[in-house]
Amino acid sequence: MFFKKKSTGDIIFETIIYVILTAACIVVLYPLILIASQSFSDPFLVMRGEVKLLPKGFNLKIYQSVLQHSELWNSYKNTIIYTFIGTAVSVSATAISAYPLSRKDMYGYKFFNLFAIVTMFISGGMIPLYLQVSNLNLINSMWSVILPSAISTFNLIVMKSFYSTSIPSEINDAAAIDGCNDIHFFVKIVLPLSSSILAVMVLFYGVRQWNSWVSPLLYLVDRKKYPLQLILREILLQNQVSSLSDAALSDQIMIGETIKYAVMVVSTIPILCLYPFLQKYFVKGVMMGALKG
Amino acid sequence: MHYLTQAGRKIGKNKFLYIMLVPMVLYYVLFHYMPMYGAQIAFRDYLPSIGIWESPWVGMTYFKQFFNSVYFGRLMRNTLLINLYDLLVGFTFTVALALLINEVTSRRYKKFVQTVLYMPHFISVVVLAGLVVSFLSPSGPINNLIRMLGGETIRFMQEKTWYRTIFVFSGIWQDAGWGTIVYLAALTNIDISLYEAAIADGASRFKRMLYITIPCIMPTVIVMLILRMGNIFTVGFEKTMLLYNELTYETADVIATYVYRRGIIGAEYSFSTAVGLYNSVLNLATIVIFNAISKKANDIGLW
Repeated sequence: MFFKKKSTGDIIFETIIYVILTAACIVVLYPLILIASQSFSDPFLVMRGEVKLLPKGFNLKIYQSVLQHSELWNSYKNTIIYTFIGTAVSVSATAISAYPLSRKDMYGYKFFNLFAIVTMFISGGMIPLYLQVSNLNLINSMWSVILPSAISTFNLIVMKSFYSTSIPSEINDAAAIDGCNDIHFFVKIVLPLSSSILAVMVLFYGVRQWNSWVSPLLYLVDRKKYPLQLILREILLQNQVSSLSDAALSDQIMIGETIKYAVMVVSTIPILCLYPFLQKYFVKGVMMGALKG
Repeated sequence: MHYLTQAGRKIGKNKFLYIMLVPMVLYYVLFHYMPMYGAQIAFRDYLPSIGIWESPWVGMTYFKQFFNSVYFGRLMRNTLLINLYDLLVGFTFTVALALLINEVTSRRYKKFVQTVLYMPHFISVVVLAGLVVSFLSPSGPINNLIRMLGGETIRFMQEKTWYRTIFVFSGIWQDAGWGTIVYLAALTNIDISLYEAAIADGASRFKRMLYITIPCIMPTVIVMLILRMGNIFTVGFEKTMLLYNELTYETADVIATYVYRRGIIGAEYSFSTAVGLYNSVLNLATIVIFNAISKKANDIGLW
């Protein structure tokens, strides 16, 4: 029946849909393509607004000046470190704690679940958290950008509902009879069965840490510890271009202006390169959250 | 006594589960429950040198100070207007976009559209703000277009009348595509036989969307709406911080950014905690109320 000849109305309907969606794709893609093109163009032509879609006067002058920007690369290194350590901490904490939360036979099951979920609706606020971080002597330490947001309650619930739906309690009962304790069971059986959701968690936490700038803004004092996004913010939004240009390009204001396009490209490339391959995992994660929510 | 030993046995049986809970409990106590407890400084005159306990009680002084300041009205107005704007335009747009994507018959095209529209979600807010500023700058593409059409250059980032529009539409650019996932997931659960029956009755594609697809995703839309309503007194701190400036404070400033300026920059801890606490209470109340309304009207709720 799906092969029935389409009516005129349906053809118009379909055309409208394709036109709107294609327009939406163009609106999303155009800014990204334009920024990339501008970063590969002659700064002079960029400033005159002559780059409309593809690079004009292709050259790498802008990237040469980005390469000399030592503060940017230092922050890049910091971000890579924070992302690696932060993701490792977050994923292991989430994976380990979500398991007991999924065990309905545990005494206090309801209490511990509520203990986590309540924090989605009630919070102490920015200032009490700041004071707490400072009481713990974490200010200006790498841990201040990792620990205060180590567990995302949303991710914890996604993880927990994965365990409760995908690990049949019969396996657990069988294992218990064989004298296998809960930690043993978790490491030997649950974790290997959860590799797909663990991948989702690595991605969620990894991207979040890569893009994070509010915790660093609040808790880091020393510029040498700043992550990429904070330095980016200065370059892109605070018109401090002159102060960060090295002596070699202080006379090239134009490059100073156009350096913005190149830093946007350099900071976003790692994520956008990985994105097409990982997209299905991200979507899977959201769907698991949605099923529960 | 008997009860206690019973509980003890139950705990003993799963002692390893409790060991596994330790990191989580520590995390929530240290970074959620302790700050909640620390929020009492809103009612005290907190001095870091003497600590929470020694700081004198001042009751509602800081709340009154906030309610009587000019900022109270301005912050509430900005927060509500931005949220209503986003609800009207952003929320509706996301649902409409999901319906359109759902109607695409070519699998490859659908995949392409989804890949493209989900992408901006992964771009950092800092880069998004950079894109917005560069696109709307006097020498940017939008102003070039305006001039080409014979208009005057608009200094978008400095005009307070433009701020909300910029905020809402940049949000749509970044997250509307991603927001469709939840609806698309709900749409895959619709019973195919409904459509088959409609086709047999000669219903057009448009009519099928109107009378089958839309009613079928309404429950999901309502749940998302409750969640969204629960945030009606919150405007994203990150994007506001990046997009606003002194010239646009009047339309852009919201509670979170105000708390940041007074608390972190100005070190007025008690006052800014009071403002933040007021906001948390407001948020909690709204989500409880909207959940109750929705439960009564539609029997759909979060809990």
